[in-house]
Amino acid sequence: MMRTYAGHSTAEASNELYRRNLAKGQTGLSIAFDLPTQTGYDPDDELARGEVGKVGVPVCHRGDMAALMDGIPLAEMNTSMTINATAAWLLALYIVAAEQQGVAAEQLQGTTQNDIIKEFLARGTYAFPPAPSMRLIADMIAYTVEHVPKWNPINICSYHLQEAGATPVQEIAYAMSNAIAVLDTTRERVAPERLEQVFGRISFFVNAGVRFVEEHAKLRAMSILWEEIGRERYGVQDPRHLRFRYGVQVNSLGLTESQPENNVQRIVLEALAVTLGRDARARAIQLPAWNEALGLPRPWDQQWSLRIQQVLAYETDLLEYPDIFEGSKVMDSLVAELLQGARAEMAVVAEHGGAVQAVKYMKSALVDSHRERLRRIETGEQVVVGQNRFSETELSPLTADAEGGILVVDPALEAQQIEAVREWRAQRDQDAVDAALAQLARVAGDDGAGENLMLSTIAAARAGATTGEWARTLREVFGAYRAPTGVGESAAVLGEQELGELRAEVARLQETLGRRPKILVAKPGLDGHSNGAEQIALRARDAGMDVVYEGIRLTPAQIATSALQEGVHVIGLSILSGSHRELIPAVMDRLRDAGVDVPVVVGGIIPEQDVAALRAAGVAAVYTPKDFDITRIMRDIVALLAAGAQRGAADAAPLAANSAA
Amino acid sequence: MSADGAALGRRLRERDLSAAPAALNVLESSARDDREQAAALLAEVAPRALGGEAAGHVIGVTGPPGVGKSTLLSALLSCWRSRGRTVALLAVDPSSRRSGGALLGDRARIEFDSSDHGVLIRSSAAGERLGGIAPATAAAAHALAAAFDVVVIETVGVGQGETEIADVADTVAVIVQPGGGDALQFLKSGIMEIPDVLVVTKSDLGAIALSTRRELSAALRSLGSSATRVVAVCALTPTSGIEELVDALAEHRSRGGLAARRLQGRRAAALREFSAEHGERGLRALGGRAGAQALLALQEEGLGVPALTAVLERAQARGESSTERAPGIA
Repeated sequence: MMRTYAGHSTAEASNELYRRNLAKGQTGLSIAFDLPTQTGYDPDDELARGEVGKVGVPVCHRGDMAALMDGIPLAEMNTSMTINATAAWLLALYIVAAEQQGVAAEQLQGTTQNDIIKEFLARGTYAFPPAPSMRLIADMIAYTVEHVPKWNPINICSYHLQEAGATPVQEIAYAMSNAIAVLDTTRERVAPERLEQVFGRISFFVNAGVRFVEEHAKLRAMSILWEEIGRERYGVQDPRHLRFRYGVQVNSLGLTESQPENNVQRIVLEALAVTLGRDARARAIQLPAWNEALGLPRPWDQQWSLRIQQVLAYETDLLEYPDIFEGSKVMDSLVAELLQGARAEMAVVAEHGGAVQAVKYMKSALVDSHRERLRRIETGEQVVVGQNRFSETELSPLTADAEGGILVVDPALEAQQIEAVREWRAQRDQDAVDAALAQLARVAGDDGAGENLMLSTIAAARAGATTGEWARTLREVFGAYRAPTGVGESAAVLGEQELGELRAEVARLQETLGRRPKILVAKPGLDGHSNGAEQIALRARDAGMDVVYEGIRLTPAQIATSALQEGVHVIGLSILSGSHRELIPAVMDRLRDAGVDVPVVVGGIIPEQDVAALRAAGVAAVYTPKDFDITRIMRDIVALLAAGAQRGAADAAPLAANSAA
Repeated sequence: MSADGAALGRRLRERDLSAAPAALNVLESSARDDREQAAALLAEVAPRALGGEAAGHVIGVTGPPGVGKSTLLSALLSCWRSRGRTVALLAVDPSSRRSGGALLGDRARIEFDSSDHGVLIRSSAAGERLGGIAPATAAAAHALAAAFDVVVIETVGVGQGETEIADVADTVAVIVQPGGGDALQFLKSGIMEIPDVLVVTKSDLGAIALSTRRELSAALRSLGSSATRVVAVCALTPTSGIEELVDALAEHRSRGGLAARRLQGRRAAALREFSAEHGERGLRALGGRAGAQALLALQEEGLGVPALTAVLERAQARGESSTERAPGIA
C-alpha cells in the first residue's frame, strides 16, 4: 500500500488533493487533521486561533466529512486517519459519511491511530485524562470488532517515541507495554471469545531511522515479542492473529533543514530498513517529504516521496526474494540483544503498574534519551552530514525560488471556517443535538460505565454535533488533564566541561540582576511537539537559570500572565505547527498589555521569510532546526540579558545621580 | 533601575493585587538598591503601617514529593475562589540545584484560571534548604498578606525541621498519603512537629485512607494534641473533603493567638536574617542569641522584619565599637 500523509486548509481543498493523489497511483488515503480537530476544539475556540487548517484538514461535523470524501468510493478505499484523542468521533463521522454514500460500516477499511499513551509521551494532542481515554479506546475497539470488522481500530505508535528521542530498546519496550495496557482494558469490555480477534486487529506504526541495519533488527525483535505476548498473555492461537502487522513512517527527527536535499538519501535508506527482510516487512509505508523540516510539503514534494517507494517496489529486485537475513548470525545476535534490553525495560514499566501508570517514568526516560542524542550531535560524536560536518554548500536551486519552498496556508481561511461552523450550528436541529450530547454525557459518566461510548458518539455525529461539542461534553464528565512534562524528573545534568563557561556568565548576570536569571519556556497554541521546548528548558537549568516550564497548549494570554506573575527575565517560545505568524504577534501584544518588557526568543519550524515579520513584532531572536547547538542558543540568551541589564544600569545611572544630589 | 518599594507597599496595603508581581521582583532581589526598596516596601505593610496585623491568612502547605500537593492545591484554589477569596500561592519547588539552576514545575502542575486576577502563582526554588524557605519567601508572604485574602506557601517536606514555615505561616497543614506509615512514625517519635491541620489525600482509595486518618487521630490524641484536625480529601474529580479542609484551615486561624504567633515569627525571622548575614561573631556582639532575643522583645510590636533586623545591626555596630560588651542595649 502506498500513500502520503496529506490534508490542509479545508475539506474541499483536501478532497481535491486526495483525488489528485489517487489518480497518480496512490492506493489509499492518509488523512492529516488540523490541531483543533485532533484536540477537540471548534475553529471558533480561543485555543484554535492560528491553528485552523494548518497541519491538516479541519473536520468539524458530518458535513465536513462528507465534503472531504466527496466522490471517493469509501467501499473500496483504505483510509488511514492520524487521529487519537478524538478518534472515536472521527470514525463516527466517517461511518455516517459512508452511510450517506450508501456504504455499510461492515465494508469500511482503514485505520484510526487512536493511541493515547504516545500522545501523553510525545505528541501532545490528548484531550482527556488517561483512564477515561483508555475506556474510549477500548469501547471503540469493542465496537469495530463487532460492526466494522475490517477496520484497524488502533495503531500503536512507536513512531513518535523515536521522534521524541527513544532508543530502539525504548521504542520496542514502550510500544509493547502500551499495547498490553490497551488489551488489558479492552479485555474487560468485550466478550472473552472476541479477545483473539481483538488481538489480531491491533496494528503498529513504527519509525525507521537512518541506522537501517539496527532498525531492521528492531522490527524483527518486535515481531517476535508480539507473537510471544499474544500466545502467553492472551492465549491467542491463530497464526494470522499473531502476526505483527505494522506500517511505517520513516524518521523525521533526523531530517535536516540545512542542505535538505540530503534528506532524500536518508529517506531511501530508512525505507530499506523496513523492506529489506521479508520476515519483518512493513505493510504500509509513508515517506516524509524531503523538505519537511522547512514547513508543509507541496504536492510536488509529496510526489517525490511516492516515487521513491515506486522505484523501490517496481524497479529494484527487493520483492523477489524470501527473507534475505535468514540464518544471519549478525542479524540474529543483534535481534537477541534488542530483545533482552526490551524485556528488561518492559519489566520496569510493569513494576510501575503498566503503561498508563508509567507515563511519567517513560516521559522522563525519553527526555533523557533525547538530551543524550542532542549532546552527541553537538559534540560531533554523532555525524549529521551537512549539519555538524561537511556543512559547506553550494547554493541550492531547490530552495532558492521566491516561494521559499513551502506551501503557505491562506490566513483568511480561519475566518471562513469560523463563519462556516457558526452557520452549521444555526441550521441544524438544535434539539436533536442537545439530546444526543446529553445522552453522550450520561454514558460517559458512572451511570453509563457499562455501555459502549461509540453508540452515543455515532448518534451525536448523525444529529450534527460538532467536534468541539463532542469533546467538551466528555471533558466536562472526565475532567481536564495535563500530561507530565518529563523535565522535572530528568536527573542528568550536563557537566562543568560542557557548560562551565556559560555557568560563570550566568553567575555574573545574577550579580547584575540581583536575582538568578529566570526564563519562561512555553508553547503557544495546540502544537504538542514539546521536544524542543523540553530540551531548551533542561539546558537553561543546566546553565544555572531558574526555569518556569509551562508545557504545551497555552493561549497568548496565559503566557503573558505567567511571565508577569513569575517575574521572568526572558521568554522562550517554541512552535512547530506553522502558526507562528498568528500566535507570536498575539503573544507580543498580550505581553505589552500586561506591561511585561522582557526579551522574547522563538524557536521552531520558522521559514526564513517569516523571520523579518517576527523581528518586526518585537521578537529578539529566532531559531530554526538548523540551530542544533542548544548551548550556543543559551549563550545568545545570556548575552541578550547581559546587554539588557547594562542598558538598564545606564538608564538608571543619571537617576541615581539626581537622587544623590 | 530599581522600583519604588514604598509605592509598591502602599499599593499592596490598598489591596491593589496588580502591584504583587513587581513587589515580588524587589523582595527576591539581592541587589543593593533593591534591598533598600524592599525594606521600604515591607515597612509600608508592617503592622505599624497597617494599624494591626495583615488581614490575609498565611497558610503553609507541606508534604513529601508525590503526595498530591499540586492536585490538592488546584482543588483548594478553586474552592477559595468560589467563596470569593483572593489567593497568592508561593510555590517553593524542590527541584535540585545541582547545576545552580532549577526547573520550577508547579505552575504547569497546578490547575487554575490564568485570566482570573484574583489568583497569583509565583514559583521559586528550594535549593539546599529542603523543607525550609528562603528569606525572600517569608518577606513575600508578609507583604502579600496585606493584599490577598489567602497566601499559601507550598513546600516539600515531611513535617520535620520546618520551624521556618511555622514562623511565617498562621496555619501549617501537613499532607500525608494513605497507607504510608511514615507520617505516623514521625509523629509518634517527635520528628514531625505537630501540624495545625493534617490532611490525608487520595480518600478515594477508601478503607486505607480512612484507617490512616483514624490512626493519625489516635496518635495525636495520645500526644495530647486533640486540637489538630485530621481531614481526608480526594482532590481528583469528583472531589471530596475540600470544603471541609478549607473550613478547618479557617477555623484554626479564628482560634486566636494570631498576633502573638506573627510577632514571634517576625522576631525569629529577624534573628535568622541577622545570623545569616553576620554569623556567630555578630551574635556575640549582642550578647549571644539570648541577648538578641531580649533586645527584640523590647521593640515595638508593629515593626516589620527589616526594621527589626536593622535594630540588631545598629546594636551590633555599637557593641563592636565599645570595648566592653553590653548585652541588650536598646
